[in-house]
Amino acid sequence: MSVEHASKRIIEGYVRGGADLSADEVWAVEAHLETCGGCRDRLSAAVRAGVPAVASLVDTVWSGLEPRLAVTATMPRRRRWSARVSRWMTPTMVPWLAMAVGMTLLTLLLDLAYTGSGEVSLVLLLAPVLPVLGVAASWSRGLDPAYELTASVPRAGLYLVLRRTASVLGVVVPALLVGGWATGVMVVQWLLPCLAFTSATLALGGVVGVTRAAFVLAAVWAGVVVAPTVATSRTTFALQTSGLPAWGLILALGLGVVIARRDAYTVLGAHR
Amino acid sequence: MTIGKNTGKERHMTSAVSAADIAPTAYAWEIHATGLKVKVGKKRMAVDGLDLSLGIGVHGLLGPNGAGKTTLIRTLATVLRPTEGSLELLGESVGGLGEHRAVRRRIGYLPQEFGYYKRFTVREFVEYMAWLKEVPKASIPAAVQRAVERVGLADRADERMKALSGGMVRRVGIAQAIVNDPTILLLDEPTVGLDPAQRLRFRELLQELGTDTCVLVSTHLVEDVAAACTDVVLFAEGRLVFKGPPDELASAGGPEHVGDSPLERGYSALLLNPEQGRGTW
Repeated sequence: MSVEHASKRIIEGYVRGGADLSADEVWAVEAHLETCGGCRDRLSAAVRAGVPAVASLVDTVWSGLEPRLAVTATMPRRRRWSARVSRWMTPTMVPWLAMAVGMTLLTLLLDLAYTGSGEVSLVLLLAPVLPVLGVAASWSRGLDPAYELTASVPRAGLYLVLRRTASVLGVVVPALLVGGWATGVMVVQWLLPCLAFTSATLALGGVVGVTRAAFVLAAVWAGVVVAPTVATSRTTFALQTSGLPAWGLILALGLGVVIARRDAYTVLGAHR
Repeated sequence: MTIGKNTGKERHMTSAVSAADIAPTAYAWEIHATGLKVKVGKKRMAVDGLDLSLGIGVHGLLGPNGAGKTTLIRTLATVLRPTEGSLELLGESVGGLGEHRAVRRRIGYLPQEFGYYKRFTVREFVEYMAWLKEVPKASIPAAVQRAVERVGLADRADERMKALSGGMVRRVGIAQAIVNDPTILLLDEPTVGLDPAQRLRFRELLQELGTDTCVLVSTHLVEDVAAACTDVVLFAEGRLVFKGPPDELASAGGPEHVGDSPLERGYSALLLNPEQGRGTW
């Protein structure tokens, strides 16, 4: 991009005033000076050298203004941190995420305390539904007070949904990593169901609302996997390594539906 | 000493007016609906065959409770999809699917239930909304300051939202709606919770905005319409009953109609339904 600055002739002509510059040149140089610090510096140097009367006038005005400007309240420093974070997660998501992390730590403690109770890891059992809690809070009509405003903005839709989901996973996955590492469960064994559940929540959420989808899926999980596992004290098929391709398929299907139905997140229905 | 601050940025010699500012518009009406129907729930048609064209100016949307005002405004804000008919905003059809980002960037919307985050300060909230509305990053601070000043909250801008009164919260709602300098401004019951002095100030702001914006204000208060609107849109049971200047609405009513002012009498005359007996709600 070429940058065109005011020439020496124009600046000196502007400083002298009078008929040296035509009206359109004056207009253009003033518009340029508003946005260009370099040319303003050259202008002030030209004023200082060429027109001492103007320079002394400026000094007088400045010395009169300075004490008054000194007492004007300045804008308080922005809390950069909160402004940044709000673009990734709404304040309403914070307690839900804290709960998800808290539950991970609790299950980890239980796991470590009852190592003899069987081969089932509680972390493994809970991992898929923990991010669903956060996702539900991230796009919920009942929990997010600004839901209607958020749905009406240009940034709403898939972009914002995925951004918030990513921030949920960014908090929950590290906590689960610690849990998985401490209990010796293979990462892929819980991470894949975890991602599959998250994508399924979003996909179903586009139809019935994200919060409702989260509750339905959590109930299905509790009924189909958690209850039989707890009853028989054996890891069900769903969580064994042979079940991984099925989880991969669910993840891919979920993502496909989310992308195909991305318009659903820009209307009020998705917030039910 | 230098005159002005060196911003460290060097720009083109720019003209003060950009081509976009003086380009003619490619549409006749900012809001143009034909045969618009919007279904709410399974059965009820909240907007039932509406033909409406609105241009620059302040349009007051009047109507009894349950007339479908909020549904109409939500549809215009593109958060509800029309069931039937066509709707064009700024020349672009928004009836079908799609995210309509370009149109949404030029819409300001204040929902009836204005929800906000209590922890945020006024400035943070309006800044957050400006970011959501894709206002260019460099112009966000100035746009936020301007919006907050326009609603008279400059001195409270750095207070948390939870410390504000109901009227002030409403004004923050108006500030976030105008922060992106919208061409279509949709305000659903903006005067609820404003005291009389604030309402006067709000009417002035409306008139100011109405010079270059298509403002649609839904309200229960007939006197708001009389004072600030160039145009009245009377809406009942999902249909358009009347559209015209406030004077015309006033002349529709006679002394036999209910109401304390000519406008109220005109309002009740036009809404008088033979099946609906007087004295019922």
